[in-house]
Amino acid sequence: MLWARRFWLKLQSLFRRKRNAQQLDDEIQFHLEQQILENIAAGMSREEARYAAMRTFGNPTVLKEEARDTWGWIGLEQMGQSLRLSVRALARTPGFALAAIFIIALGIGAPTALFTVVRSVLLRPLPFKEPQRLVRLYEHSADDKFPYNVVSGGVFAEWKRQNHGFSDLAILKTEREYNLSGSGGQLPERVAAGMCSWNLFPMLGVAPALGRNFTAADDQPSSNATVILSWGLWKRRFGSDPALLNQTIRLDAKPYTVLGILPPWFAYPDQTVQLWTPIYHEESPELMQALDDHEFAAIGRLKPGVTAAQATAELSVIVRGLHDQHLDNPLVGKAAHSRPLLESMVGDVKTALYVLLGATGCLLLIACLNVVSLLVARGATRQKELAIRAALGGSRWRLLGEHLTESTLLACAGGMVGLLFAYTTIQWLVATRPDMSRVEAVRMDGIVAVFTFALVFFCALFAGVTSSFSLTTNQLLSSLQESSRSHSAGHARLGLRKGLLSVEVCLTVVLLIASGLLLKSYEQIRSSKLGCMTKNVLTMSFKLPEAQYSKPVQRVSFWERVLQRVRNLPGVRAAGLIYYGVPGDGYGGDGGFTIAEHPPLPQGQYAIQRWADPGYFSALGIPFLSGRTFRENQRLDKANEVIISASFARKYFGSEDPIGKHLLRFGRESYQVVGIVGDTRYLIVEEPEPMTYFPLYSGTRLAATLAVRADGNVVEFALPIQKIVQQLDAELPVADILTMDQIIRRSTTDVNFDATLLLAFAALSLVLAAVGLFGVVAYIGTQRTTEIGVRIALGAQRGEVFRLMIWHGLRPAAMGLAIGLVGGAAAARIIRTLLHGVHPLDAPVFAAVTITLLAVAGAACVLPAWRASRLDPMQALRSE
Amino acid sequence: MAKPNDLVQGTLDLLILKTISLEPKHGWAIAKRIQQISGEVLQVQQGSLYPALHRLEQKAWIKARWKETETGRQAKFYSLTAAGRAQLEKEAENWSRLSSAINLVVETT
Repeated sequence: MLWARRFWLKLQSLFRRKRNAQQLDDEIQFHLEQQILENIAAGMSREEARYAAMRTFGNPTVLKEEARDTWGWIGLEQMGQSLRLSVRALARTPGFALAAIFIIALGIGAPTALFTVVRSVLLRPLPFKEPQRLVRLYEHSADDKFPYNVVSGGVFAEWKRQNHGFSDLAILKTEREYNLSGSGGQLPERVAAGMCSWNLFPMLGVAPALGRNFTAADDQPSSNATVILSWGLWKRRFGSDPALLNQTIRLDAKPYTVLGILPPWFAYPDQTVQLWTPIYHEESPELMQALDDHEFAAIGRLKPGVTAAQATAELSVIVRGLHDQHLDNPLVGKAAHSRPLLESMVGDVKTALYVLLGATGCLLLIACLNVVSLLVARGATRQKELAIRAALGGSRWRLLGEHLTESTLLACAGGMVGLLFAYTTIQWLVATRPDMSRVEAVRMDGIVAVFTFALVFFCALFAGVTSSFSLTTNQLLSSLQESSRSHSAGHARLGLRKGLLSVEVCLTVVLLIASGLLLKSYEQIRSSKLGCMTKNVLTMSFKLPEAQYSKPVQRVSFWERVLQRVRNLPGVRAAGLIYYGVPGDGYGGDGGFTIAEHPPLPQGQYAIQRWADPGYFSALGIPFLSGRTFRENQRLDKANEVIISASFARKYFGSEDPIGKHLLRFGRESYQVVGIVGDTRYLIVEEPEPMTYFPLYSGTRLAATLAVRADGNVVEFALPIQKIVQQLDAELPVADILTMDQIIRRSTTDVNFDATLLLAFAALSLVLAAVGLFGVVAYIGTQRTTEIGVRIALGAQRGEVFRLMIWHGLRPAAMGLAIGLVGGAAAARIIRTLLHGVHPLDAPVFAAVTITLLAVAGAACVLPAWRASRLDPMQALRSE
Repeated sequence: MAKPNDLVQGTLDLLILKTISLEPKHGWAIAKRIQQISGEVLQVQQGSLYPALHRLEQKAWIKARWKETETGRQAKFYSLTAAGRAQLEKEAENWSRLSSAINLVVETT
């Protein structure tokens, strides 16, 4: 129990310091009195007795200190003292304190926000059972063009039958939409949906929040139609009514029994999927057995002890076998690949996020350097104070400790403000980028808190230690002399600040180059041409339910009536229908073909397929390079004309004239080429691909996108057109009402976002660097007032002084610039996958950055340099 | 003459513990007692007693109580704790072993 007693004593001495000190005084006082009494008794005079007692006792102050030391807590006491001193010192210079706190807040807030996103999106494991064993599987296409292609139903079936490495394999497809019929006065709605094999949810380890999972019996062509709803849809559309279970809802005008409701957190592959249906019930058995129709995503769960490479190698062998059995079919894949499931979801944002995180790291360093610079400058004003304290015996450690306390205080305050700042940033980010994968999982957690704490610690230590390099207590005398007459003040300190500036400028240049390249890439994309008119074009899409539009003639009649009524709306210039979608709206799908007039090619040929009405091309202003559009008689089973794009003609016909030649689909349907139209891009960031257009009025398609061009504000037509559709079919929902500009913006969001954020970081660091430069030159100006005064008095030209001062500022900037350009080239290599149509070493960008930086650096130096050159020598000499 | 600073720290502790082992004493009395018993050989610088006393108190070997002296003045009286008594025995034993060993070395020619 001895240690407990000792601990208790320690605690007592901590909380009873005042009383204990008082008692120690009393004790010693008593001792002295006793000794004096004894001395008097021995015959000394009172005065003599007192001195003798003091002599035998020793120095009471020192002894008291020693006694107090034994109480412990001396470190704490000193820390408290340093803290008080630092708070007082900072309160005396609120401008400095606020500036430093603000800079640190920026420096800590930005990386914290980005780290939160990186951690939530890239690092935190998926919320599934043993997520590290889940892999997404891909087929390697026979022509090597798509190593990570989606999977065909037939290949998947073989994988499932023959593999040994996976405990389970699931197949799914998420780009599916259903018309959800309204009941009780609700409007019909088109909802994004997924189809999956029954074992997907059990494999992921996900149990419905209500109801049950699919079973194998639900997942067959013959079984009853069933559906599992997402939590969001259940809440929004059905008011979270638990009675909905085992009831039917109407999808595409057919009844589906609701089996279950997924838990609210479930978001795979993203939160847009509103409901799930069993895939083998929904898709035709032929499609699910086809080897060459790549439509599906496959996910596997590895058996314990089996690596992804081993398991995938086995799948590769299976695909290769199928490939070799069907050498006549060039669309059967020839190998398999896998990726961890998490990576398959977030792979495309990975580079961008890490680049941004790196950028915030630079920002943090720059912020720290600026704070160091501020601390050093302030240290200069306190130089005399520190020198005197050192001379009076203040220990070096004590002074250093005080320094660290000060920087820790600043860092903590900055960190707190930074955390707030990060929190707001994250809210903003989540609101701006709902398209990012796993964005719903973004939140701050314990790891982020630890990260922030580490940043604060780093900041405090870095700023404290670096700035204390200028604390030269061993050159006490010189610093006292220096401050008495500052001819060449604080060379060490100035050198340090200039060095810091160079680093700052260097980092700024790297950021500027990276953001410049991204911006240019964004501009490049913006200015690239889709190949059609984009001004005042409105698009919307609908999908006819097969139950009511089972015959092609019904579909064609609907398309015709819609087009006719829309074209008759006053103000509408033109309208057209297209399946799969307008340019810029995505790849859609492709199909194989052969050219009847050419010998068959062993490796096969395929092109993007579209189905258009005859007026589509003129409606969107896609030019005819030769030939004409479909004739009016091109409908139903009489449809036998095809229109090809310019790149199709170049690639497959060369110098031949394609008009009048025939394309064969599935080796039997023959289509005569009647026209060649200009190229359009399926995504604005991609180069045009060969494209074929078939007549929509063949009636084979159930879905189409309506494109309407009008004078003036085309958005005003959204409602009248919806009314027209409503009149034709009250149950049919209209979806994706977007202008062409919105479609383009959708695919450029991420580039724009990355560029804007990086530019913001770069601008911030440029400002910080400029402030730093200004500070250094101004500091030199005031420190060398006397020297400059003497120079001017001796006849130095003011212009010369001005040049000298500018040179002081520009030299570290130029050094930083040179290193920064090299660093920028390295950074450009890292971000080259994010660049579209811009060379990583784009000369104009590098030149622009150089000029910007020199201009800003020059501007930052001009004012203090000019002030120095305007010095009145008399006043300058007197002021010391 | 040995100055207290030259005394090994443990030695001063031993002297203090021994001095108060019979009855509680205040600081001045301890200093006096050490001087008297050692025949004025050990001139402890009186003040240096106090850091030592406080250190021993923190180690819970001695405890202190404020009591009235015979002259009616309040003074801090130190006495041994159980742990202090054990420590005293240990240090005394150490000391006798050490001193006899040194004696042996010094007196053997």
